[in-house]
Amino acid sequence: MLKKIFFALLVRPLVLMVSGVHVIGKEKLPLEGPCIIAANHNSHLDTMVLMSIFPLKNINSIRPVAAADYFMKNKYFAWFSLNVLGIIPLKRRPSKEEGHPLLGVQNALKDGDIVIVFPEGSRGVPEEMSTFKTGIAHLSKEFPSVPVVPVYIHGAGKALPKGEGLFVPFIIDVHVGESLFYKDEDNKAFTERLEKSIKALEKNSN
Amino acid sequence: MISHEAGWVLGFVLLTLVFSTALIYSKFPTQELKDRINSWWIIIAFFTLGAMLNTTMAMFFFGLLSYLALKEYFSLIPSRQTDRRVMFYAYLAIVPQYYFAGIEWYGMFIIWIPVLMFLILPFRQVLIGETQGFLENTSRVQWGLMMFVFGLSHLAYMITLLPAGSNSVGGTELVLYLVLLTELNDVLQYVWGKSIGKRKIIPKVSPNKTVEGFLGAFVSISILAVLFSFLTPFTWYEALIAGMIISWAGFIGDVVVSMIKRDIGVKDSGNMLPGHGGILDRVDSLIYTAPLFFHYVYYLYY
Repeated sequence: MLKKIFFALLVRPLVLMVSGVHVIGKEKLPLEGPCIIAANHNSHLDTMVLMSIFPLKNINSIRPVAAADYFMKNKYFAWFSLNVLGIIPLKRRPSKEEGHPLLGVQNALKDGDIVIVFPEGSRGVPEEMSTFKTGIAHLSKEFPSVPVVPVYIHGAGKALPKGEGLFVPFIIDVHVGESLFYKDEDNKAFTERLEKSIKALEKNSN
Repeated sequence: MISHEAGWVLGFVLLTLVFSTALIYSKFPTQELKDRINSWWIIIAFFTLGAMLNTTMAMFFFGLLSYLALKEYFSLIPSRQTDRRVMFYAYLAIVPQYYFAGIEWYGMFIIWIPVLMFLILPFRQVLIGETQGFLENTSRVQWGLMMFVFGLSHLAYMITLLPAGSNSVGGTELVLYLVLLTELNDVLQYVWGKSIGKRKIIPKVSPNKTVEGFLGAFVSISILAVLFSFLTPFTWYEALIAGMIISWAGFIGDVVVSMIKRDIGVKDSGNMLPGHGGILDRVDSLIYTAPLFFHYVYYLYY
């Protein structure tokens, strides 16, 4: 409930009306989970944008995967991250005894959620892509029927770059690509394929 | 509320719209034309509700139009992280500009962007301290403010004008007259160009614009300006000159915005209005006609 109110009254008006979002290839976006949305990452807005392009009624099933060391750094922020944003916390440097680092994501996919993952790992330099991590490949190998949707976001890094507190409105373009599925390949090959398809979306956007 | 004169004209617009929609869907059912006419319904509905009913609401309506146009422009042009704060100030400048229009403080309305913001924005750049690209960024931002905020806000100031001359029509009717003729000019340039257009007028900037399209619209708009002059305090020859100004200026505004798009390398400025492109593609002519027509009326009657 809290999540729905937060998105209906604050996030969606800010993202969709004040800034403005243009989705290119909206028909390629799955309407229901389980699916994995894989996007480039430059801004805190990225998550907000991706969570706003789905219908509001589905908001509770949209789960961004976020770094535990940042989003769970104190108990107030942790409460907000878990209850209002509905994140799946991910340990960037997991220790052995805490179990499988992707357990939370696996459970979400089993529940039929739409999981948002940023394969670059962190936001990095504004409007530039860094190398992809292999987490999605691990997940996709385990859930071969779950589509991995490549998404390229442009403009969010201008509106709210890393390290800036001031939001400046820019139109944000979201390019959706054809879904990928894990085939007879290794994790490295799948990750390369995913990286290539997001880079291709970036190239077509200019 | 809407005056008789404005009511008749809006009724005429509605009839034309119904007729054009029927014509397009029965005779020329291409996706582009369908999108275009559907968007016209939305534009005219928003314009009527936003600008024609109440002066205060009109300030918000035109202010929002400036905001959307400026946002589209800022999203198109190249910018760096250090330019964001200057752009933020530019967005903020919209509010006082429409406030000065709303309270009819003519002096401030006229100097706020061309003088005060012109002096303030470079200083904001100085405080940021990035010397590289200073001139490019200041010029780009100021240019956007002049076009999409200062230029368009003349519509807002015009709507506050009280009746002058012998009839009872005031600012609302003047705005309707200007917007109607400007948009009809765009449409007629397209229609004349499609039907008898041969010689290209400026192939490098706008390959679809023809000499025949321009001249056809110029003559048609001059006649229509006289026919619709009951919306203004004009005599027939004053209306004729107004029509000529609007047709010329509308054409120039259109091709100037095309220059930006060519410079950046995009076809449409945005995607808000299917069939038209973005907001900039629709207000481009108004950016030129609004200040020129405003000062023409202001000089003659106020």
